[in-house]
Amino acid sequence: MDPRRTARTVSDPKVRQVGFFTPAPPERSISDPPRFQDPIQPPSPSPTQVNDHSPSGNSLSPVMIPPAHHHSDNFLRTALQVTSPTKAFSYSAKTVTIPPENEDVASSFSPGRKVVSAKSPSSFPGVKASSVPASELTTVSVVNLPPGISEKAGGASVEVQNDRPVSAKTLKEKTSKAERRALQEAQRAAKAAAKAEGTKASSAASKVVTSANTKPSKAAKSSSQKNDGSQVAASEKKGGDRAPEKDRKKDAPHPRMQYDDKSRVEKAKKRAVVKQTEARNRVELFRHLPQYEHGTQLPDLETKFFELDPMHPAVYKVGLQYLSGDIRGGNARCIAMFQAFKEAIKDYSTPPEKTLIRDLTARISSYVSFLIECRPLSISMGNAIKFLKNRIAKLPLALSESEAKSTLMLDIDRFINEKIILSEKVIVKHAVTKIQDGDVLLTYGASSVVEMILLHAHELGKHFHVVVVDSRPKLEGQLLLRRLVRKGLSCTYTHVNAVSCIMQDVTRVFLGASSVLSNGTVYSRVGTACVAMVAHAFRVPVLVCCEAYKFHERVQLDSICFNELGNPDAISKVQGREEINYLDGLVNQENLQLLNLIYDATPSDYVSMIITDYGMIPPTSVPVIVREYRRDHLWS
Amino acid sequence: MWWRSASFILDRQQHQNRTVAPSPESFLLSSPPPMADSPLNPKSNISAYYQTRAAHHAVVTSDWLAQAQAAVGRHSDDDGSLGDDKGAAPIGGGGGGGGEEEGSGKAFSVIDEFNSWRKQPALAEAVAAIRALAAVIRTSEATTMMELEIELKKASDSLKSWDTTSISLTAGCDLFMLYVTRTSALEYEDFNSAKSRLIERAEKFGEISCKARRIIAMLSQDFIFDGCTILVHGFSRVVLEVLKTAAENKKHFRVLCTEGRPDRTGLRFSNELAKLDVPVKLLIDSAVAYTMDEVDVVHFGADGVVESGGIINMMGTFQIALVAHSMNKPVYVAAESYKFARHYPLDQKDMSPARRPIDFGVPIPSKVEVETSARDYTPPQYLTLLFTDLGVLTPSVISDELIQLYL
Repeated sequence: MDPRRTARTVSDPKVRQVGFFTPAPPERSISDPPRFQDPIQPPSPSPTQVNDHSPSGNSLSPVMIPPAHHHSDNFLRTALQVTSPTKAFSYSAKTVTIPPENEDVASSFSPGRKVVSAKSPSSFPGVKASSVPASELTTVSVVNLPPGISEKAGGASVEVQNDRPVSAKTLKEKTSKAERRALQEAQRAAKAAAKAEGTKASSAASKVVTSANTKPSKAAKSSSQKNDGSQVAASEKKGGDRAPEKDRKKDAPHPRMQYDDKSRVEKAKKRAVVKQTEARNRVELFRHLPQYEHGTQLPDLETKFFELDPMHPAVYKVGLQYLSGDIRGGNARCIAMFQAFKEAIKDYSTPPEKTLIRDLTARISSYVSFLIECRPLSISMGNAIKFLKNRIAKLPLALSESEAKSTLMLDIDRFINEKIILSEKVIVKHAVTKIQDGDVLLTYGASSVVEMILLHAHELGKHFHVVVVDSRPKLEGQLLLRRLVRKGLSCTYTHVNAVSCIMQDVTRVFLGASSVLSNGTVYSRVGTACVAMVAHAFRVPVLVCCEAYKFHERVQLDSICFNELGNPDAISKVQGREEINYLDGLVNQENLQLLNLIYDATPSDYVSMIITDYGMIPPTSVPVIVREYRRDHLWS
Repeated sequence: MWWRSASFILDRQQHQNRTVAPSPESFLLSSPPPMADSPLNPKSNISAYYQTRAAHHAVVTSDWLAQAQAAVGRHSDDDGSLGDDKGAAPIGGGGGGGGEEEGSGKAFSVIDEFNSWRKQPALAEAVAAIRALAAVIRTSEATTMMELEIELKKASDSLKSWDTTSISLTAGCDLFMLYVTRTSALEYEDFNSAKSRLIERAEKFGEISCKARRIIAMLSQDFIFDGCTILVHGFSRVVLEVLKTAAENKKHFRVLCTEGRPDRTGLRFSNELAKLDVPVKLLIDSAVAYTMDEVDVVHFGADGVVESGGIINMMGTFQIALVAHSMNKPVYVAAESYKFARHYPLDQKDMSPARRPIDFGVPIPSKVEVETSARDYTPPQYLTLLFTDLGVLTPSVISDELIQLYL
């Protein structure tokens, strides 16, 4: 699913294009709806569609299919009778070569599916998938409910209608999109094949269903042996919600989406549970990051509550808290997430004819994508989720459901205790040895670990002074300052603007981190890099306190590629000071771009030491920890 | 000629004062006996580690004097007493041996044992500690593994607390504990076989530690090329071994020795090199920058290698490394792996201080402060490579090795 990786795999984009899309230009325009749909038809069409069709996806499927496809459908309906060998041929043709007539053959596939679906309403997502451009399909993943699906479907159909007249598209754009789709398709094919191979032992029915749902075109490969009838029967047998869930699991979105890719964003929007309006004027360099109009999501999400039925209330609550900013800070978010998951696992029961391992993983994935929509995941949360999924996957099959659930809940507790709470204590223990009497310690923002260190050192009777450096718009430092002052520490409070003045008196800089990457880069609250740089220039040692579960094997050189955009209003307005209103009415101006970054990356040169639960290490040793211990807690 | 270099004046004054202060051990502070045999470190504000080093290496030996005399004829009557001092060390070693025997008679003391081993100049302090701890296992009367472990732990703790300034002692004890106790031996049913297994491991560890120097010497040969000029600082037995091996391999190189005040380790080092017929030149410590352009490589030993990949070494190392770094000369450090310590100094002051008396040859007015620290910390960015018995490592690998050793 990782687009970057796919790019390297060999597959001819043109083949794809020819195979799926008939030469008629309008067809192609289907693939690229966003521009059109964005301003003119916001989510509005989808709800109506939902109302129309939500209960039975059945009627929907023909609507979704573009006319051109219909044409081929008809052709194919007759072709349906064609035996499996031809189908197999078509598959291979799709992926490898491009005979001119291929388009027919290839498309023939989808019609076939459609027919099938017509017979069995339950399998309609598969149908839709086949008829709608493939990329559409991938993003479907998050939609877990019939309503959601229909909504999406509606969106698709809308696009079709819209775009039909507007066939004008730049050729370049088209090809690139087609290329992308082709890659995706190819990858999916490979996966399907692998999967088919792997799961041969498992029941044929489930196999068929998966393949039918997620990779319509590829499914043939695995299912070519079986006749259509069995497929139909299988899908009929399954519960209606089965298919969407599979979809969800398969197509869980890549956490780091490229938000400057319009079609992708469009797709994401369609499957999104939380409707977020995108902010308009975004800074050029940061177009690939999501930015939403603040405050639009919450009410929307609230109204959706009853539609989100597979979403566990605890998860939902945490999502809302992320969204509103009630829970922030890497550890707090991670713990909140895990506790919600624990609740969800507690209330979980495996649906009939499903295995806990697979179904629960899919369930967790859907929760995660919901949380991502509320706020992008932090790296620490990503690691934690990886841990949990791994735990689920490693559950012995022999375990009964209740045993499995209690094991998982224990694992979650253990993770929270060992990786977060205990490691904080260990970090405090190490860090305190670096504080001597008479030190002046500087910290930036509010880090829970740094706070614990300062308080503990104070309890030990060390005499030191604390400089809390803060910055707008969050002013988190004030919170830290309040707690420190209450405990009787002597503090100085200043903003980051003055950091170069105060730095000459400082003897140590303690910083928290959101993550430490394997080249030693510290990924942390925006402004940290600035403080670290000034400290380095003044030869003040910079100590970064970070739990080892936040380490990540990625390498990042700048803070542009991966980041999070905050609410631009936060920097354009000063709260409580109405007289500062210079930007009133300018915010939506075309030539004004507001940039409120959340994170930045501090190069390892500025970091003297990283204090982690494995002791005090130089930033060059982060990969060692990742290598030695990630394996331990993930793969054992 | 009062405008000549201060050290010249000081040297002369020292000669004049030699009746009062006959040797480099004439400390500014009242001089303790060079070898502290008592179980408790007699002067806790003076680093025992550096005292030992001074006792072993810093003494201007009689053969050095003989050579010097032949060359100049000025120091004729200089250091007869020093010769005695030098002679005292082996005798002390013999006494230590006796101490061991009598230790078996009465209550065994790990400190005594350690001190007896420590007196052998060729034996590193860590290795002495390892031997002493092995002796603890051997003489232990414990009847269960747990008891033995506790006893061992106590012994190692007392060793560590005996001299907190010695990094290699602490590291050696820690490593020994890990190496010995982290073994399947603890699962043996029979206590005696388990114990003998422990002893076996302990001896093996001692062996490995002894061989380390040899391994390092072999590894570093590739880095000494014909015609190079090597700057050394302090008396490092590993560096000496490296250079010795290079000389045996018929490499042609030249060595510049710093004087190594205050205990003049450089004098002894140059003496050792002269014995090997290696061309050697002595510099005063402040002439490093002046001569750096003719230097090809800088070789250091280390008292301890810390987690950051930097080294803690005799005072002056950091400034030489700085000069070498600014002139783009490679800086190599030779250190055995038992010197790897889980310390992480952030700056020079962030270490437990190791004090050492400094002899200025003249009485220092009480209002004048004297910096008596014996060592400094060289951050990793000024080091090029470390030669260790684990291989030739870059500074950043040290932490990797440490993490693997200790976690």
